[in-house]
Amino acid sequence: MINRHPEPILWMLFSAGGVVSAMLMPALLLLFGVAYPLGWLAPPSHETMVAVLGNPLTGLVLFGLCVLSLFHFAHRFRHTLYDGLQIKHLNEVIALVSYGSAIVGSVIAAYLLWQVS
Amino acid sequence: MGERIRLQVARYRPEQESEATFDEYEVPCPKDWVVLDGLNHIKDRIDGTLAYRWSCRMGICGSCGMTVNGEPKLTCATFLADYAPGPVRVEPLRNFPVIRDLVVDIGDFMRKLVKIKPWIVRQAEKPLADGEYLQTPQELEEFKQYSMCINCMLCYAACPIYGLDPKFLGPAAIALAQRYNLDNRDDGAGARMATLSEHEGIWGCTFVGECTQVCPKHVDPAGAIQRYKLSAAVESMKSFFLPRGA
Repeated sequence: MINRHPEPILWMLFSAGGVVSAMLMPALLLLFGVAYPLGWLAPPSHETMVAVLGNPLTGLVLFGLCVLSLFHFAHRFRHTLYDGLQIKHLNEVIALVSYGSAIVGSVIAAYLLWQVS
Repeated sequence: MGERIRLQVARYRPEQESEATFDEYEVPCPKDWVVLDGLNHIKDRIDGTLAYRWSCRMGICGSCGMTVNGEPKLTCATFLADYAPGPVRVEPLRNFPVIRDLVVDIGDFMRKLVKIKPWIVRQAEKPLADGEYLQTPQELEEFKQYSMCINCMLCYAACPIYGLDPKFLGPAAIALAQRYNLDNRDDGAGARMATLSEHEGIWGCTFVGECTQVCPKHVDPAGAIQRYKLSAAVESMKSFFLPRGA
């Protein structure tokens, strides 16, 4: 008999977020945050980027990356506050702030991706 | 006698003091002496009132776990010479209430251990005439490392989560649950799940990994917990989407 509580789903989002952000974030940051701005690589043209972002698959991948990374952050931040600062009595407030900010961040990501597509 | 080393041993005698103090003893330090030999020397030759647990002195019984210079160690497998020139500080295992000197109350662990049913659970026994329960080397390999646990509780002493929240089921109990869950002769995984999937079960663990670092038998409790988290999460999803079928 399995216990019904949200921990398994939160942990799955946390794990999936850890994997995708570890795999994709460094590459994206290196390309768009360092290599293109510093001219190490020739950046793609604006039209190309708009076309790439216009593809629903790109939007879906980036949305997934944002949501999972945000929930990874939320879970880790919640546990850091619990154990690191030992404020477990603020359980509900911490969970609300952590996962709430992940949800807000996901909505903003969806809005921005919808705007550019 | 040749080399000697100083041992600073934690003493707590509840009938005469309210807090632990340290007594210092000088003991011989031949290269084949372990910390436990030093304690036995104190008990036999210097101060017979020192209280500590030990039995096999060969890393099997799991009763001589203590904190040596701040780290959880089996004192029968920790050489004094490695700490030369000393002094060596010997304290009781952390995260457990101290009964006397180096002796801790292990009742909490014993109660948790029973909760995860650390034995082979069978739905139905097959008749004796049908012969043994055969197991391939691969099937044995699945759980063998977890069966090396000697219940020494060093992992509990090292676990910061258990230190903060004593309700946490803890590394050894979960690793031992996996020892039986992963045994193909066992049918008890369902019965263990209720205890393991509680908030104080596997979900209490934040994968600090100290348990695996300190284990003297090279069990990987941190790995066992992460592996079980995945099984429990999958089961939880199944029971959510297939409430009847799961």
